[in-house]
Amino acid sequence: MFAIILRRLIYAIPIALGVSVVCFSLVYLAPGDPLQTILPADASADTIAFIKHEYGFDRPIPVQFFFWLTRVLQGDFGMSIATRRPVVDEVLGSLSNTAVLATIAVPLAFLIGYSLGVIAGCFPGGWLDKLVTGSAVMGVSLPNYWVGIVLVIIFSVEMMALPATGMGPNGSTAFSLFRWADLQYLILPAITLALVPVGILARSTRASLAEIRNQDFVTTLRAKGLGEGAIVRHMLKNAMPPVLAVMGLQFGYLMGGSILVETVFTWPGSGFVLSKAIINRDIPVLQGSILMLAMIFVATNLVVDLLQAAIDPRIRRA
Amino acid sequence: MSGVFQSAAMAPLEDRGGAAQPLLIARDLVRHFKVKGVGLGEEAAVRAVDGVSFSLFKGETLGVVGESGCGKSTLARLVMHLIQLGSGELIFDGEGVGAPDGVSVDDLRRQVQMVFQDSASSLNPRMPIRDSVAFGPYVHGKSKEESRRIAREMLGRVGLNPDLFGPRYPHELSGGQKQRVNIARALAISPRMVILDEAVSALDKSVEAQVLNLLRELRRSFNLTYLFISHDLNVVQYISDRVLVMYLGQVVELGPVDDIFSRPLHPYTRALLGSRSSMDPANRIEEPPITGDPPSPIDPPSGCRFRTRCPHAEAVCELTMPRLGQWLNRDSHVAACHMHEPGSGHTLAVGNA
Amino acid sequence: MTQAVATSIDTSWEADPAPAAKTRTYWQSVLIRIFRDKATLIFGTVVLAIVLLAIFAPLIAPFDPYKESIIGRLKPFGWRGHPLGTDELGRDMLSRLIYGARSSLLMGMVPVLVATLVGGTLGVIGGFAGKRVNTAIMRTMDVFYAFPSVLLAVAISGAMGGGMMNGMIALSMVFTPALCRIAETATAQVRSLDFIEAARATGARPLTIIRHHVLGNVLGPVFIYASSLVSVSILLASGLSFLGLGVKPPEPDWGLMLSTLRQSLYVNPIICAMPGAAIFVTSICFNLVSDGIRSAMDVRQ
Repeated sequence: MFAIILRRLIYAIPIALGVSVVCFSLVYLAPGDPLQTILPADASADTIAFIKHEYGFDRPIPVQFFFWLTRVLQGDFGMSIATRRPVVDEVLGSLSNTAVLATIAVPLAFLIGYSLGVIAGCFPGGWLDKLVTGSAVMGVSLPNYWVGIVLVIIFSVEMMALPATGMGPNGSTAFSLFRWADLQYLILPAITLALVPVGILARSTRASLAEIRNQDFVTTLRAKGLGEGAIVRHMLKNAMPPVLAVMGLQFGYLMGGSILVETVFTWPGSGFVLSKAIINRDIPVLQGSILMLAMIFVATNLVVDLLQAAIDPRIRRA
Repeated sequence: MSGVFQSAAMAPLEDRGGAAQPLLIARDLVRHFKVKGVGLGEEAAVRAVDGVSFSLFKGETLGVVGESGCGKSTLARLVMHLIQLGSGELIFDGEGVGAPDGVSVDDLRRQVQMVFQDSASSLNPRMPIRDSVAFGPYVHGKSKEESRRIAREMLGRVGLNPDLFGPRYPHELSGGQKQRVNIARALAISPRMVILDEAVSALDKSVEAQVLNLLRELRRSFNLTYLFISHDLNVVQYISDRVLVMYLGQVVELGPVDDIFSRPLHPYTRALLGSRSSMDPANRIEEPPITGDPPSPIDPPSGCRFRTRCPHAEAVCELTMPRLGQWLNRDSHVAACHMHEPGSGHTLAVGNA
Repeated sequence: MTQAVATSIDTSWEADPAPAAKTRTYWQSVLIRIFRDKATLIFGTVVLAIVLLAIFAPLIAPFDPYKESIIGRLKPFGWRGHPLGTDELGRDMLSRLIYGARSSLLMGMVPVLVATLVGGTLGVIGGFAGKRVNTAIMRTMDVFYAFPSVLLAVAISGAMGGGMMNGMIALSMVFTPALCRIAETATAQVRSLDFIEAARATGARPLTIIRHHVLGNVLGPVFIYASSLVSVSILLASGLSFLGLGVKPPEPDWGLMLSTLRQSLYVNPIICAMPGAAIFVTSICFNLVSDGIRSAMDVRQ
């Protein structure tokens, strides 16, 4: 087991390094002088010269990368052009807001998606199955930002039941899950964000059940005279681990992919920060938030991998 | 008949060395495969082919037998240069293969073709079989029409109606039909030598007999030389002129088929022959059949590799590796065993008694 | 006697149950299966209709999609001959929706096409060459795989500064790794089969082998996967436009329309929701057609 952890960790390191290379090169993708893209337009000539030398912009690119990586590892992601605050401060606070959203949306999606998948998987070929698979396709074909807008139209504009945007009354971000005044702001974004994972989880649950249905041990159970209910219980137990793995991966996707939903609901998460950075062409914030989100994604994948290895003896041995 | 054929097919390559020159001489072929060892970063080598030498005379069929994993298929791929030689030398019709003044690997592949065991995976599933057969001539510079014509001709020669079977896909054919296509494909570029790597092993017995007869007939009419690899002794006995017995990557015995089957010299050959069922009680060889699995080719026994399973093993077998001895011509019968090497030190060695 | 037996066996082989006329190529039988699948046909027709709408937009659209009107903003369905009303600048919604199909389809298909070519080529090269070449290609792809697709698309087009071209470049880079992986797996699988070895034994060069023996077997899985990506690409592309990264105003684009109309949510909600519905319909139709193609191609013969 220890060898597996070590191997996966060693494998994750070059990936993380590659991810940071991609993020580093974002500055060079931007049109114009990379130095200008990370400095405010009104910076004085002295400041420019100082930064240029201090940050190594007069050195060859590999050296610049090394300088940049050293700074990033020390938590220095540069300054936001728009707010002149350190990028770390801008992004870190917003990350926890996104995490709140994702930690509600993923279990919600699991609850719905898994139940739908079980229903479909228990009656393969039946009308319930067709209905569920049909809605699963819909789930992954829907633009979730549009669903967010439709939900706002229904629940905020027409029914005036839930707030349309923000994270708390009067723009407050001191969010608490246990205060209804705060919680109601979470409902629509969480449902919207859960939409895609519901479709994916329903599909993978159904597929997982279909695979188990054909395995010999199910036939054995049936031959032993076990009731259908008990057989389904056995099947569900075996179908769970792969679905849990998919769920874990979805958490990573939602952390990095919530930018559209957060923009719709002006939820002050990392995606919203990113979206603001794009509008302001605030490249340091863009770079910093993408790097952190991608690293979270890499870390989630690693954790899911390790958990799966811990649960499934077949993977452990491979 | 053969005159009609020659007008359509690719011109066969000329015989350069004359009838007495062996078509192929293999000298000390070695190929080891690196594998991951037990510990971290350790590497070991599978000695798949470890010093194999033989001659293949023009117009003959040399059968290669041995247990699975003894290096038969690796040997076939080495001869075709499908995998790189570790060391050793191949001489084709008197000229070194890959040598600066010899024949190039490309030329070799024009003259040597191969039929594989798995008839299904050796045909492209997305290609009508006539195109599979036509591919070889096409690669060798024939026009598309001409390649197709050769393919038609060849399909006919292996007993498949080209109009009926030509446009079909491999999944629409039976195993025996697929293997016929593979034979047609191998013959389409008019090779002088064909390597048959377990070519009939996957077929039903009745189909196997038909394909074997076809192979015999084709050898005669195309003037071919076969290297026939099989684990099935009956098949090898039926089709071969001479037989080469392999054990753990080495040749243990080589000789004319009748000699080998009636008077096997090496204990391993005797055991192999003893393990097969014979209908004729007079033909049975009284040798205890070998038991257990062969030792690992990663770490073969010292001296004689068969000693761990040999009933006659003695101290000398552990110390010295027996040599195959010199073969001179088609009739030579040699074995790599201390019992057949005068003065080897084995108590049963010839000349000791 | 023995001769006679052998001949009779041989002829019985040739009298095969399947007559020659029934032999179809693989693609023919795939097409036949698609034409028997009613659902796929229906959704395929819708896709075709959307494509035709996009191509012939100038002939079909009732109004100029750029013509603004100060008095006619956010008007309801049927107002002064505008069948679907007008947007926040008084432009005809129906005409803008019809014209919007152009950029959506373009951004849905071009990146997938580019990624199929680039990723497919890299995958086939890696899968066929094996060893170090393969490791180098696949590890590079793994790095791009380590980003959630939305994030990577936003990162690249965000840094490059938006616009339709940059959006398409970004999306191409998002899809390349997945297609590369599919092509690599399929190639590596084919490469291990004997018929490749047989082709090598014929003396064929690697490029000839790839052209004649590998591509035909790799195309199928790559095509299936690529077709499923069109719908994803449409969604992502409208998402980029929604964030202000894709198509620029005043061009009619569904994602961009959704973004600008969002400000008018409280005035005329139905009109605000329409561009999203267009994205949804297009995306689900592509998705279902792709599912149909997949099941038509997946059947083992």
